[in-house]
Amino acid sequence: MTTTTLAVLVPLLPFLGAAAGLLLGRRAPGFVRPLAVLPTFAAFVLAVVVAVDQGGGKAIDAATRLTPTGSVPIELALHLDGFAVLVAVLVGLVATCVQLYSTGYLRDDPRYTSYAALVSLFTSAMLLVVYSGDLMVLLVGWEIMGICSYFLVGHYWETPEARAASLKAFLVTKLGDVPFLIGLFALATDAGAFRITGVVQAALTGGIGHPTLIALLLLAGVAGKSAQFPLHTWLPDAMAGPTPVSALIHAATMVAAGIYFVARLLPVFAASAAAMTVLAVMAAITMVGSGLAALAQDDIKRVLAYSTIGQLGYLSGALAVGDRGAAVFHLLSHGAFKALLFLAAGVVIHAAGTNSLTAMSRMDGLAKRIPDAYWTMTVALLALAAIPPFAGFFSKEAVLSAAEHTALGESQIAPSGAGWTVLIAGLLTALLTAAYATRLWLLAFRGRGAEAPDHGRQPFVMNAVLWVLAIPSIGFGLTAGYLGDWFDGRALTPSVTTAVLSTGVALVGGLVTYAAWRHTSALAARTPMGAVAAHPEGDGSLVEEEAIASHTEVYGSIASAPDPADPGRLLLGPLHRHAATGFHLDAVYSALFVRPVLAAAGLVRFLDREVVETYVRAAGAGPRWLGRAVRRAQNGNVQSYLSALLAGSLVLAAAVVVLANVTAGS
Amino acid sequence: MSATLAQAALTAPQGFLSPSGVEIAFLLVGIATLGAAVMTVTTRQLVHAALWLVVALGGLAVEYLLLTAEFIAWVQVLIYVGSIVVLLLFGLMLTKAPIGRSPDADSGNRWVALTVAVAAAGTLVWVVVDAFRTSWIDLDGPAQGSTKVSGEILFRHWVLPFEALSVLLLAALVGAIVLSRKSAPDDTPGEASAAAAPGGRSAAAPGEPSAAAPPETESR
Amino acid sequence: MHLAYPAVLAVLLFCTGLYGVLARRNAILVLMSVELMLNAVNLNLVAFDVWLRDTLHGGQALTLFTIAIAAAEIGIGLAIVLAVYRNRGSSDIDRLRDTAEGPDPADPEGPEDPAAPAQKAEAAA
Repeated sequence: MTTTTLAVLVPLLPFLGAAAGLLLGRRAPGFVRPLAVLPTFAAFVLAVVVAVDQGGGKAIDAATRLTPTGSVPIELALHLDGFAVLVAVLVGLVATCVQLYSTGYLRDDPRYTSYAALVSLFTSAMLLVVYSGDLMVLLVGWEIMGICSYFLVGHYWETPEARAASLKAFLVTKLGDVPFLIGLFALATDAGAFRITGVVQAALTGGIGHPTLIALLLLAGVAGKSAQFPLHTWLPDAMAGPTPVSALIHAATMVAAGIYFVARLLPVFAASAAAMTVLAVMAAITMVGSGLAALAQDDIKRVLAYSTIGQLGYLSGALAVGDRGAAVFHLLSHGAFKALLFLAAGVVIHAAGTNSLTAMSRMDGLAKRIPDAYWTMTVALLALAAIPPFAGFFSKEAVLSAAEHTALGESQIAPSGAGWTVLIAGLLTALLTAAYATRLWLLAFRGRGAEAPDHGRQPFVMNAVLWVLAIPSIGFGLTAGYLGDWFDGRALTPSVTTAVLSTGVALVGGLVTYAAWRHTSALAARTPMGAVAAHPEGDGSLVEEEAIASHTEVYGSIASAPDPADPGRLLLGPLHRHAATGFHLDAVYSALFVRPVLAAAGLVRFLDREVVETYVRAAGAGPRWLGRAVRRAQNGNVQSYLSALLAGSLVLAAAVVVLANVTAGS
Repeated sequence: MSATLAQAALTAPQGFLSPSGVEIAFLLVGIATLGAAVMTVTTRQLVHAALWLVVALGGLAVEYLLLTAEFIAWVQVLIYVGSIVVLLLFGLMLTKAPIGRSPDADSGNRWVALTVAVAAAGTLVWVVVDAFRTSWIDLDGPAQGSTKVSGEILFRHWVLPFEALSVLLLAALVGAIVLSRKSAPDDTPGEASAAAAPGGRSAAAPGEPSAAAPPETESR
Repeated sequence: MHLAYPAVLAVLLFCTGLYGVLARRNAILVLMSVELMLNAVNLNLVAFDVWLRDTLHGGQALTLFTIAIAAAEIGIGLAIVLAVYRNRGSSDIDRLRDTAEGPDPADPEGPEDPAAPAQKAEAAA
């Protein structure tokens, strides 16, 4: 089989798996797990084969046109370059791990069938986005991911948090998708093609008429999908979904799609310096804000969610300085260690019976209960904090050095102001990242207090998946020297200045947090608190659902806990209150959009119920009264019918005679 | 009746101060006919209504004679007075109509009916008088409705409708038989009289009740 | 003879019959009134036939036909009346009210539950 055929099979297999799973799920429950795991795994293997075939060389393009589509042709096109094949490998790997992990995590879940099918569909859609060479086909995958995320985040739809979160995720991403769609049409009209190669060619030759407008419209969609400020608010709430879904969304599929899209169309964005600056500022705000917010969260998954937003900020920053190689490099390594972090967090939540860091900090020996999760999570947190030689260090250095090149004027793709913005925000974020990573690790695994409850051994597949993902988290960075050839050919190896600087600030952040923790942990014993799931013996999914449902009840907030022993509270000081709520962005949105819309809906409801309905009722009542009057006449007496008939004909006859006389007389 | 008088008063000033003998006879017979008709529709004794009807129909036969339509007059007497009224009387008896004054011979629709009838009469009289006040019938010359003339036109020009009419009569005959047959011959009081003349039934449906008729007429 | 005499007599006879049809209760009396109306028409036909001196004598022929049809009609009518009388035990027209509208059925729209749409909206969310 040719590489093209293999590449077509990659998105197709999970799709067929999803369809088969949905069709057969009820009738043959035994096939559900194989149908969930095997197509995804096969897609992963094929993605690896395609990557090896492609080998980072010249891009492979293939297209077929199904039907003529007017002035701008839409084609089923493949575009396989170094970015596409490597991202596809990452997607396949993470999706396979998630599917395997889910077989353990949702062991007893009654809705596992539809869940697995949706995850497969989600994977298929992401692979379609990755391989697609046509913007319209890409959009198809893009929107399928949107709807799948809605369903998967709302998996625990019995809890109000999950319902709200799924709606929010859908609405916020759609909010970005509308300008995105307009931008796509504008871009295709300007470039005269939906093919990405054609669009890029047009952008490079200056064929785009309104680069800034188009780039900003597209950025809105990217910000929604990739959770960038100001459309990032759906992501922390999306933690109400099951942990494997979070891993899938955060590591490989949904949020990566936006970044990948910008990387694909970077020449279009680079054509507008304003767009690059906006992207840089957006990235900087996202990075720093999310770092501060992560430091104040109590839910372990929300910490990770904010860290995802921050890392996505790095990716946007790398794109803002025009280095898509660095961006995709960080995307790959981040995908690996973030998936690992989430899956390990799932194990931790299951073992501890709670998702609250406050409650975990009052448990002794959680690390000994789950040694696999402990070690792999440590590795992943080190990678997140960018400590050498873990993967995150190399990829983050690639981003920072690219920003440095731009700031110092060595690279002319983006304005140097964007470079400086990204560089400074990146260094600041490195400090914050290390701080919240340390806080997470200390609170989760170095708790003191009662013995952690024993919920039995974790399923083997869950632990095995953690170790599989630990390998790239540790070693992927070492490929930095070779990967440059797969991308734009620019070197991805770290430069000395930024490496020393960022590692330094990371160490500082970690140490300061450690000191703060030493200072505050003494307070922990005085204020006992905690929220633990009611059914610790259930599977991970059940425990997590109960933990999410109980968090608000126990602490009064879904995000934070009033814990004086939290080092984040000491470090942030007065900022803590604002950081815990995501800097009140939700409240702002609520005041700006939600309440006016609700008021308008109330008005419409009033108009419909009271005003329109009155007319409708009157329209119904009039004929009914008329009908009642007519019924009164139907008394069944033939003679009265006949009388009325004759009287009527008499009146008619008289009228005719009179009329005839009148006309004759005139 | 008062309407007739009013009509007579109305037509009198328009050149009819010296009516001919035929006209006077027509008027008088007409008044009698109309009176009988009014009695027919107003009397409270049902059998009397039938008898008043005989008077009215007979009066009409005289009017036909005055209009020189002899054949029609005799047919009128034969069929109407001779058979139809008898049929109606049989009907009254078979439905056990009360003998003597019945207080509820008129339905509650009576005043409405009166209004409609008077209004119709007013309108039609006005229209008719208005239309024909200058028309005269020339009754001189040979009689136009003698039996000879009627036979000639009937069998020369109207023979096809005449035959069609015989088919209609046959159909009416069959229909009357079908309608008066009883589906279950054991549940109704009229069964005995119908069963008394099974042979006559196939001959003529209107004759069917005749078996039970004579004793009842006598009792009246 | 003036044409108005037979015409007006016919009109008055017709209206008398009309009154009888509308006002009489017994079905057989109604049939008698119908006969009166038919006779009024016959008188009209004969009078106009004589007035017009029609060579075909259509009026008289039609009168004959009408008389024949009246005989048929009275036969059928009496048969119907007898059948009704056998079934119902009465030949009073104003008691045969099977075609009357029945009593008012219950109002189809019940009291509306204002909570139901709100619950639906919540379930949809």
